[in-house]
Amino acid sequence: MGSHGIRDQVAIVGMGCTAFGEHWDKSTDDLLVESATAAAAAAGVGLADIDAFWLGTMGSGVSGLTLSRPLRLPCKPVTRLENMCATGSESLRNACYAVASGAYDSAMAIGVEKLKDSGFSGLVGSNAPGAGDDGKGETTAPANFSLLAPAYAAKYGVDEAELKDVLTRIAWKNHQNGAKNPRAQFRKEVPKETISKSPLVAGILGIFDCSGVSDGSAAAIVVRAEDAHRYTDRPLYVKALSLAAGPADGLSSPDYDFTTFPEVAASARDAYRQAGITDPRAQLALAEVHDCFTPTELVLMEDLGFAERGQGWKDVLSGRFDLDGDLPVNPDGGLKAFGHPIGASGLRMMFEAWLQLRGEAPEQRAVRTVAEGRTLALTHNLGGGPGECVSFVSVVGTERDA
Amino acid sequence: MRGLVGYGAYIPYYRLERTRIAGVLGSGGGFGTRSVAAYDEDTTTMAVAAGRAVLAGLAGEGPGGPPDGASVRQLFFATTVPAYADKTNATAVHAALRLPGDALAVDMAGAVRSGVGALVAAAQAPVPAMAVLADIRTGLPGGADERDGGDGAAAFVFAEADHGMPVLAEIVGQGSATAEFLDRWRAPGSAASRVWEERFGEQVYGPLAEAAMADALKQAGLSPGQVDHLVVAGLPARAVSRTVRAAGVRAEAIAGNRVASIGNAGTAQPGILLADVLDRAGPGETVLLVVLADGATALALRTSEALAGHRQPQPVAAQIAAGSTALDYATFLSWRGFLDREPPRRPDPDPVAAPPAQRRADWKFGLVAARCTRCGTRALPPGRVCQQCHAADEMVPEPLAGVPATVTTYTVDRLAYTPSPPVLMVVLDFDGGGRMRCQLTDAAEDEVRIGLRAEMTFRRLGTAAGVHNYFWKARPIRSGPGKDE
Repeated sequence: MGSHGIRDQVAIVGMGCTAFGEHWDKSTDDLLVESATAAAAAAGVGLADIDAFWLGTMGSGVSGLTLSRPLRLPCKPVTRLENMCATGSESLRNACYAVASGAYDSAMAIGVEKLKDSGFSGLVGSNAPGAGDDGKGETTAPANFSLLAPAYAAKYGVDEAELKDVLTRIAWKNHQNGAKNPRAQFRKEVPKETISKSPLVAGILGIFDCSGVSDGSAAAIVVRAEDAHRYTDRPLYVKALSLAAGPADGLSSPDYDFTTFPEVAASARDAYRQAGITDPRAQLALAEVHDCFTPTELVLMEDLGFAERGQGWKDVLSGRFDLDGDLPVNPDGGLKAFGHPIGASGLRMMFEAWLQLRGEAPEQRAVRTVAEGRTLALTHNLGGGPGECVSFVSVVGTERDA
Repeated sequence: MRGLVGYGAYIPYYRLERTRIAGVLGSGGGFGTRSVAAYDEDTTTMAVAAGRAVLAGLAGEGPGGPPDGASVRQLFFATTVPAYADKTNATAVHAALRLPGDALAVDMAGAVRSGVGALVAAAQAPVPAMAVLADIRTGLPGGADERDGGDGAAAFVFAEADHGMPVLAEIVGQGSATAEFLDRWRAPGSAASRVWEERFGEQVYGPLAEAAMADALKQAGLSPGQVDHLVVAGLPARAVSRTVRAAGVRAEAIAGNRVASIGNAGTAQPGILLADVLDRAGPGETVLLVVLADGATALALRTSEALAGHRQPQPVAAQIAAGSTALDYATFLSWRGFLDREPPRRPDPDPVAAPPAQRRADWKFGLVAARCTRCGTRALPPGRVCQQCHAADEMVPEPLAGVPATVTTYTVDRLAYTPSPPVLMVVLDFDGGGRMRCQLTDAAEDEVRIGLRAEMTFRRLGTAAGVHNYFWKARPIRSGPGKDE
């Protein structure tokens, strides 16, 4: 038994990503067609030439027909899957394994979410019928993630005002980055004072500590690594794919202290081992992480090994994760500014790695670490909340070394 | 000898200051306060609270553990405001109190008089029996019923002395008088009652009350001068005053009616006032309880030596003193359904589904978790595989309703759906192990903090598709055992 990974066995050779936002004028079908055709065009293939499809969506449709109908796919295998907010990454992971297994020459991973047709802000759950005695639906996502803040502050002796500054800086940084991204939902820089004084939503989290609720889609085409140069001169080799579903005991076990996601630490460990990464801070050119709420990004910096335990807040304040920092985090604006259409987000993260590592990011947000010679990027996608979540970590790179 | 073996009253945490009514409406109101059931309470949840209080005082209770209701074979639940029609409400009380599966549990719902009816039924039952009385009294804004009403509950267990529970008071006399007349009435579904002119009721009730009292005292072989505590309960205030005067008892024997501080809880008032007297009565004293509601019933009780050692844990006076007057009138109106607030722009909560609620009834209603017999780890909610040692199907039931806990982290959720925003959400670690996330109730936003000591309380989380979602919340422990770790 063991997790071996498929380092350098498959490569991404084409990607597409729609703009994210409140697309009142576009349907789920429109978004899927837009990202799928863009990805196919980037790889120089027709949609009907792709052998298999993995569609990720949390609630914008069921079954493979959700994709095959708008694309009019001719009797291709299409799997529709869901893994909460990590859905987009899960579709990529499955498509990669399908190609690595030899079952298919090419596969598409595509994610979509149409959130703005519901009439509600935020996610709309569809829980299985229950007894109403398990807390489901009693609390909102921002409240759930806000539990991290007082626990982190208490454990590491950070006072509440200082922690608020740290969270504000995370939102400010991601808005700075999003302002340089034409696909982002929010494309304006936001002053720190506006962020810190925004109306409270849950705990110490204000509106500006929450990610954007949006519609969007993103897609990737995966082929065997040895075939990659038939499609593009600059493929992205998949170095690591790791998924961890926790035992979901953080809300029932007094051992859990709400300052970490053990699932993230486990998936990061596994991914670094698969990719042969020993010092992520020095080796990664950039990281796209799941900043659904500002305290999440803070805790992720420690769980992903970008900061020492209890030191992440200092590294945030020092600018280490800024666009021009040692390790740029969320150079595309992240969930915070780019928006969070659930099924699409994991592939949207990969799209930024695709642009940055291949030197295609617009100059104003191109990270200097790539120019300095780093070739690896990390994406991190999370579903659930503190104490009970699924976590995905990938590492991709432009050099094939295995 | 059959008699009362346990009693308990429940006064909700919130009080409405009557001056707040005139402050908003420009007139009406008055002075003092009335008790108010919170937005997450109904007559069923208050009945559970009173039932837990009486069971906590019964012999057989384990330290820190759940009350032992195993001996109770019949439950009579009286209220004018049943949470459900058609469906029995006493079954939720029965489940939350973890009474035996072969006990009878029935509602006596609709009329104020059901309260004393439940008391008499439990007192005369052939087996150990519990009567629970609960009520929420209000009326149209600015009216006398809103001002003078009160919310609360009381519970009593009667049994033969040979059941191992000492008799605290024996019923030594009883009298009733019944008449058909129009005093107070309410069409089903109406928000408020109507009453005829009070002087009419005063004139009709007078002879009925005097006849019932005379019968009870005659049976007991007592004269009015030998009564140590006179309690006259009832919503017709003038008739109650006249009955107190006509009883002929010594002035010092007249018990206070608590209306100035908690109002009149209608169906539950005789129970709350009887509990209040039992909180302080000495041994061998005579209590005369008279209830005016569509007639009159008088019960004469004689207390025993055992009473002093088996009083309810939180006396009525202490519960009155512990109340909060932070409630404003607009919030009171919204809790009672007279002021609809704009809900958050969120989907309606999911309704409770019947099969899962039935499968998980021990957990949902009784807060019975599980404990792994291999490693001792508690599982909340109960699961089949241990989260600590991963043993499968090695669990035994672990009741937690009576176990105090500590807040380990918390948040204030301003977006979540609730009839009274914001939601205070806490993560609780129970003494002796086990964790759950739940709402904190009966608490202000500035009270929640890491380290807060909390106890569990049975509440109504909400109502969706006409189904009430009953489950447990935490509330701060404000006094008594468990306050400090």
